[in-house]
Amino acid sequence: MSAEAIFSVSGLTKRFGEGEAEVLVLKGIDLSMAAGEMAALLGPSGSGKSTLLTILGTLMRASGGTHDMLGVDLMQASEGQRTKFRSKHLGFVFQFHHLLPDLSALENVMMPAACAAGRETRAMRERATELLDAVGLADRRDYRPSAMSGGQRQRVAVARALINNPVLVLADEPTGNLDRQSADHVMDLIRSINQTMATSFLISTHDEHIAGQCPRRIELLDGRIVRS
Amino acid sequence: MSPYAVKLAIRHLLSHPGQTALLMAGVALGVSVFIFMSALIGGLATLLTLRTVGSIPHIVLEMPDRDPAILSPDGLAQVVLQKDLSRRDQIAIWQPVIPIIEKTPNIIAVSPQIRGSAFVERGQTVAPVGVIGVMPGKLSEIADIDAAMVDGSSNLPADGILIGSRLARDLGLRIGQVVRLSSDRGRARSFRIGGIFTLGIASADRQAVYMNFTTARALFDLPTGISRIEIKVAPATDAADIAERLRRSTGLKATAWTEDNSQLFEGLDAQARTGIIIKAFSLVTIIVGISSAMLLSIVRRQSEIGIMRAMGASKGLVISIFVLEGTLIGLVGAIVGAVIAWLALLPLPPVTEVRSGGLPIDRAQGDFLLAITLTTLAAMLASILPARNAARIDPVEAIGA
Ligand SMILES: Nc1ncnc2c1ncn2[C@@H]1O[C@H](COP(=O)(O)OP(=O)(O)OP(=O)(O)O)[C@@H](O)[C@H]1O
Ligand SMILES: [Mg+2]
Repeated sequence: MSAEAIFSVSGLTKRFGEGEAEVLVLKGIDLSMAAGEMAALLGPSGSGKSTLLTILGTLMRASGGTHDMLGVDLMQASEGQRTKFRSKHLGFVFQFHHLLPDLSALENVMMPAACAAGRETRAMRERATELLDAVGLADRRDYRPSAMSGGQRQRVAVARALINNPVLVLADEPTGNLDRQSADHVMDLIRSINQTMATSFLISTHDEHIAGQCPRRIELLDGRIVRS
Repeated sequence: MSPYAVKLAIRHLLSHPGQTALLMAGVALGVSVFIFMSALIGGLATLLTLRTVGSIPHIVLEMPDRDPAILSPDGLAQVVLQKDLSRRDQIAIWQPVIPIIEKTPNIIAVSPQIRGSAFVERGQTVAPVGVIGVMPGKLSEIADIDAAMVDGSSNLPADGILIGSRLARDLGLRIGQVVRLSSDRGRARSFRIGGIFTLGIASADRQAVYMNFTTARALFDLPTGISRIEIKVAPATDAADIAERLRRSTGLKATAWTEDNSQLFEGLDAQARTGIIIKAFSLVTIIVGISSAMLLSIVRRQSEIGIMRAMGASKGLVISIFVLEGTLIGLVGAIVGAVIAWLALLPLPPVTEVRSGGLPIDRAQGDFLLAITLTTLAAMLASILPARNAARIDPVEAIGA
């Protein structure tokens, strides 16, 4: 574990179901990431990529092992503490954009910050405008998701993941739903954000072309890390 | 309640105008029913009370009964007072009492009366009547005889009487005819029929005979005393309290109209209870409607809720958004319903002018504010359960990551 690791897990396991139906999906994961790292998470379908990202994102608890991030023992933390931690330090991008249909692009980008603060502030608005600018959608700030293309929506989702200045963004097949050109656009964006803002990214993908754009490559097979 | 929850709730309602309008229309309908029922039940009660108290005295003052009583209950010797039947029930010294009564607050009419039973004879027909001897100018103090006149004039000369239209029809009497009245004191004399009235109260129209105070004294052999003092008060519902006050200040027996009309009050009570049940049902309808609409909406918005939770929204924020949405639907729907009900009831005549066949709806008793308050509370209540369901949504499942 390097000194500047932002998170580290060891012996991490995850089982679903009980008794006969029990399945062990993660079978002892040891992994850590350094600040500013950008890694691709590869593996066949069903190997446990989404499960691992969900646990690292504190959206689900592991069944066993340790999980520390920024000096916090997330295995021991309460649900409320994990929610606060998530909103403060973690960003998410999913395969489907999951933007709120009633909000404009700008309001969607502000959403995670507004949820934490209980209101929308001028500072948030400025930061969200900057981020929309960074993802090349300054002119779409007042559009609703339904009026944008798939690639544009996913770029809004990337901007949204960054609003709280997270140390780590977990992206689960962020380009899985996009054509090659839009996918490249989103990946360029992620790379430049990773370089300028020093935000770490962990990106699951089936696409070698996408993985090739990431300096680090982590491979998962049947619930075990076979290469990191 | 964070401003962000307010914003998201309002935004969602505005983003689905059709669905929002439909829900609010449902609430508005329930509120209109609530207000309509309140106004109808209240109006009915007012009408029945008005009809009842309109022509009757609100308080009757009479001589107290000299009932049998044990005077010394200490055992050895028993001293008792027997019911005194030797003297007539009359208020012998009444003149000093009148100013005392008139000074009592809330009293609007005082009418000292000579009362007695008599028979009207015409040819071979005899009919029992109740004679009311009223002082000059006090004929219409208790029942509005002047307004009820259907024939002749309401003047009461020494030899004139006013009779009810039923009695006139039963005996075939007309204005100007002369009839003979014999009193229960064994005195008799002839009267000319000066006028005929219809009060709309069967017993009065069949049996009441009005005559001059002085003439009645002679007919009933009451040279100085009077039979009773009839009083009207405003509001009529205060009669019992005022009767109690008069009992103490005059020493007379004071009977309020409410004592003789308990059936009316039982009826009004039953009516009010029916109204409450109907109103409760309209509230339950609102609760069920909003609850089910919210539950559906939450199922539909599962992934939205999931993503908000994943991005750091607390359970409290999710709950506030949905409770606010439900409450807003209730509040706006209730106000719209109240305004519609108010406008719909606007052209209706006041209860006092309702003709038979019309519904006596009293807009003033529509309970508009109560309806709005209760509906808003009901809507809030209705959305709490769905909102808690929403807060329990697991982001991982909802997003399907
Ligand atoms: N809630 C659950 N209950 C039971 N089993 C589950 C649950 N979630 C995931 N699994 C199982 O865990 C395994 C890993 O699933 P996961 O979604 O992590 O795979 P993945 O690597 O993301 O696959 P893909 O590339 O298809 O997205 C699968 O076999 C899946 O059936
Ligand atoms: Mg997956």
